[in-house]
Amino acid sequence: MSMLSIQKKTDVQLPVTGQPTSGFGRVFKSIATEVRKNWLLYLMALPAVTVVFLISYMPMPGIILAFKNYKPGPGIWGSAWTGLKNFQFLFDSGIAWQIIRNTVFLNFLFIVAAQVCSLTMAALINEIYHKYVAKVFQSILFFPHFVSWVLVGYFTYAFLNADNGFVNSVLVQLKLAPVNWYAEPTYWIPILVFLSVWKGLGYFTIIYLAGMLGINPEYFEAARIDGATKLQEIWYINLPLIRPLVIINVLLAIGRIFYANFDFIWNVTRDTGMLLSTTNVIDTFIYRSLAAIGNFNLAAAAGFFQAVAGFILVLLANWAVRKIDKDQALF
Amino acid sequence: MGYKAKTRFWHALIIIFIGIICAIFVIPVILIFSASFTSSKALADVGYRLIPPQFSTEAYDFLLHDPTIITQAYGVSIIVTVVGVTVGVLIMAMLAYVLSRKDFKLRGILTFYIFFTMLFSGGLVPYYINMVRTLHLKNTLTAMILPGLVVPFFVLLLRTYFSSLPKDLFDSAKIDGANDFTIFFQIVIPLSMPAILTVGLFLMLNYWNDIFQALLFIDVNKLTPLQLTLYNMINDSFMDTQMNLIVGHPVPALSVRMAMAVLALGPVILAFLFVQRYFVRGITLGSIKGD
Repeated sequence: MSMLSIQKKTDVQLPVTGQPTSGFGRVFKSIATEVRKNWLLYLMALPAVTVVFLISYMPMPGIILAFKNYKPGPGIWGSAWTGLKNFQFLFDSGIAWQIIRNTVFLNFLFIVAAQVCSLTMAALINEIYHKYVAKVFQSILFFPHFVSWVLVGYFTYAFLNADNGFVNSVLVQLKLAPVNWYAEPTYWIPILVFLSVWKGLGYFTIIYLAGMLGINPEYFEAARIDGATKLQEIWYINLPLIRPLVIINVLLAIGRIFYANFDFIWNVTRDTGMLLSTTNVIDTFIYRSLAAIGNFNLAAAAGFFQAVAGFILVLLANWAVRKIDKDQALF
Repeated sequence: MGYKAKTRFWHALIIIFIGIICAIFVIPVILIFSASFTSSKALADVGYRLIPPQFSTEAYDFLLHDPTIITQAYGVSIIVTVVGVTVGVLIMAMLAYVLSRKDFKLRGILTFYIFFTMLFSGGLVPYYINMVRTLHLKNTLTAMILPGLVVPFFVLLLRTYFSSLPKDLFDSAKIDGANDFTIFFQIVIPLSMPAILTVGLFLMLNYWNDIFQALLFIDVNKLTPLQLTLYNMINDSFMDTQMNLIVGHPVPALSVRMAMAVLALGPVILAFLFVQRYFVRGITLGSIKGD
């Protein structure tokens, strides 16, 4: 997603045709000419534009619900204003702090783990000169990307459930005490980091591997003549040359640090109450409030915070990307 | 050790190291596979093992005896995926073509219109109310198809690809009297198959693995897609009550659950073997900046 640059040429000056009578008439006439000339283009854009309007733009004004007490009867516009009451409850109850902390902290760990692991993996696979072996490895690492989070939830359950999970039966065989995994919130920080690496490693490895394959081989030849070791080659050639790619991936991930992956957290932790202290994130909280508890107000307030904080952060991240490489910026 | 022997040593070490990691990556699949061929009783007694302690096909017998639950889930998922991918790719490609036309007046505004949705959204609550109360899409196939049809990132990817096509082709086609529609279908699409294929496959994966829309909007059995069926089956009370009601006798829940996971995973593994190279190409395609 990083790599697309969008041209922002918003010159909508329409060609002037015919005799200009008044300002309005002129504009209207030129619009009519333009549409008549290019009506097929407008028609082709219409379906997608409509879908985006229905799905993304129509809900946008509803963001004001964060400041209202929603009642289905009067609806979004008819419900009574409550000022900052929803936020007050969210912050006073300590929930806000918990979900923001968990979301940002977990995402931070995911970003660091993903980059470190995939860079290491790409550097190692790049050294394999049996190309077939390298391809097989790359495929196996990429496979989890295709597995749905629901199934990842199954895997996790088969490994960790307290009664007959794989890990516990191994622990018992080793004469160690079994662990009630779904009741130990602190263990879930490394568990979630591991799963996010498992799921995402192959994807980033492919990106970085492609970057490393594009490095001019002359650098390596020169290094070899100077007597550089393999490790020095990786450290002084491979890594610096793909650094821009890494920085951009990291910045874009930081731009989305207030957005948790709902499917991931929800399916893997199975919304276990005992684990909420470390795994309750903004997105699961919003869904739980909305779907299970039916508290639209809290969900709307948390959603408002996420939308606004997320928006600001994306703009900041993009500004930072622009400073490094203008072509890589989103806009 | 000479230079050559030394590199060979490191090379072997790297292969062993990554080999071990790959083994760890595959273990979950083996575990699920093994558990699906173990009887529920054995699962409850000795737990999940990498090799079935006692081979049993009880779970598959159970599921295939009355495959309604599988065929129904698969049916819904297939319909949603096929319709979603076909319509989605078509309308995204058409929009991308329009956005790639440098002479199009609303190009800047429309690009921003699509792009802005990547940065800002109204949040889940207004989205839910809009879908359920305004558009009346609760318990419809449309609720699972519509939201995923247009992915801004894919539109931008296609637009970038279309922009890189040689302009002369369009111009000469225009001189021959072709309109935009013909140019799009007869020149742009055939020349852009790699990009279209990539977007189609990514979209397919999105639809096939999506559970969020179903979780929000579907609560009737006959519209439950595969992922939601799986999601429900991991729930003990669902297995004890609802499944029991459907089949009329107690369910060997532990193994049936795993067998269902295998039946859901199998096609994904098969598809993966065939299409993964297109994905790899697509990822590198996305990282080649264009325009």
